[in-house]
Amino acid sequence: MYTQFTTILLFLIIGACMVPLILLVGRYLRPANPDPKKLSTYECGELPKGNSWVQFNLRFYVIAILFLIFDVEIAFMFPVAVTFRQWVTSSQAKGVLIFSEIILFIAILLIGFVYAWTKGDFEWIKGLQKKQIDPRFRGDDLK
Amino acid sequence: MTSLPEFLKELFESWPLLGILPVWFYSIVAIFGLLFLFLFPFAGVAVYVERKIAGDIQARIGPNVVGPYGILQWIADALKLLLKEDIIPTNADKKLFILSPMLIFISGACAYAVIPFADNVILANLNIGIFYLLAITSMVTLGLILGGWASNNKWSLLGGLRAAAQVVSYEIPVALSILTVVLVTGTLDMAQIVKMQGPFYWNIFHNPFLFISACIYYIAALAEANRTPFDIPEADSELVSGYNTEYSGMRFAIFFLIEYAECFIICAVATTLFLGGWHLPFFDLSSLTLGLRIPLQIMVFMTKSILLLLTMMWIRWTLPRYRVDQLMKLCWEVFVPFSFACLIGTAFWMVLFKGKGIPELILGLFVS
Repeated sequence: MYTQFTTILLFLIIGACMVPLILLVGRYLRPANPDPKKLSTYECGELPKGNSWVQFNLRFYVIAILFLIFDVEIAFMFPVAVTFRQWVTSSQAKGVLIFSEIILFIAILLIGFVYAWTKGDFEWIKGLQKKQIDPRFRGDDLK
Repeated sequence: MTSLPEFLKELFESWPLLGILPVWFYSIVAIFGLLFLFLFPFAGVAVYVERKIAGDIQARIGPNVVGPYGILQWIADALKLLLKEDIIPTNADKKLFILSPMLIFISGACAYAVIPFADNVILANLNIGIFYLLAITSMVTLGLILGGWASNNKWSLLGGLRAAAQVVSYEIPVALSILTVVLVTGTLDMAQIVKMQGPFYWNIFHNPFLFISACIYYIAALAEANRTPFDIPEADSELVSGYNTEYSGMRFAIFFLIEYAECFIICAVATTLFLGGWHLPFFDLSSLTLGLRIPLQIMVFMTKSILLLLTMMWIRWTLPRYRVDQLMKLCWEVFVPFSFACLIGTAFWMVLFKGKGIPELILGLFVS
């Protein structure tokens, strides 16, 4: 049975096979003489210091959560947006109804958005200038 | 309204041998045709053109050795990359390191399935076309962060994390702008969206909010594709090369290829959603015969997309780079509120004028 998604499935399969295929072709053409220095991690010519699988700043985590909320909201908005034109052109009352529904839906999200904004989650250098660090945690006693 | 495989099947129906082949065979032919006749050469030529433009803007010559005006430079580059040694660092996570270019290739190439080049020339005429495109292109983030993490390199890690934060943030203004268009068109089908705009009612002129939306889409999509002035993830002067520092040879070529492929997708989507797709202004192409119509429509579509692509290159070589904090601020404190305002504004316009845009209203004045 053929549907439009058959092409998508075939495209995904071909796309997944393409990269190994290109590399396989290249395998017979390219040289392969590895040595430990060549295979070491690049750090501007210096010997690499330590591992780079480190814990990183949680600021990325806040952004990821914000993205998740917004993206889910947008995904939910798509069905409404598809029927919007039909409702608006059919009658005035229906148009006002669907418009107020959209406003309500966005307003709930915007409250969260404003909260995150005022809390300073969109500031990249958050917490460095505004908040005074508690002297107990500053680490002066370690010196 | 059919997709390209079905169209090909119809075209060859009466032929003795080709007529009995199933539709999915034509799908495979169309996919390979798209990849080898369009995607790879186009990305190559785009690289050459970009280098030439960069040369012109910076008062240099640019590539001029291989072939006349250096026009074969991209073939030489591709061959060189094919012949380079494939290095996987000993410290890297090998499985993820190999997986990352594959994911990026899948998400970059599969997005071409729903680009409507002309009437009937669309690989898969999905009824959820633009939604599929949004989903498949966001898989790039996964590839970038995997590549950055798996390399076990400080530059790559920083680049990958920056890329993830940036792409993910700019996804929201992009999706909101697309949503604004969907409010007006009332369909997610790419071919249908183009059909609805016709020669006169292009979405960008529908109302002032949609015009702002189009601008937001273009700028935010630039950031999503990591192009200058938003190329923080691969900022060469601070991060060596960002998430693809450890990649070499053909694997690096795939990152490079998909970057240009993505740039074209952005321009093609902007053309489809806002600039009327394959329609010429004031002239209805669909009345022409089949043999004349399809090449003309493809030409019109490509002209619009390539003009947008050239603008992208022009922007790249004239503007300096943003800083990370400025970039995030710009996204969350300017683009997101503005695109929300445009969404509500367009919805209000639709209710107020019963779905009619400015051109329709002006034409209505003359008719009555």
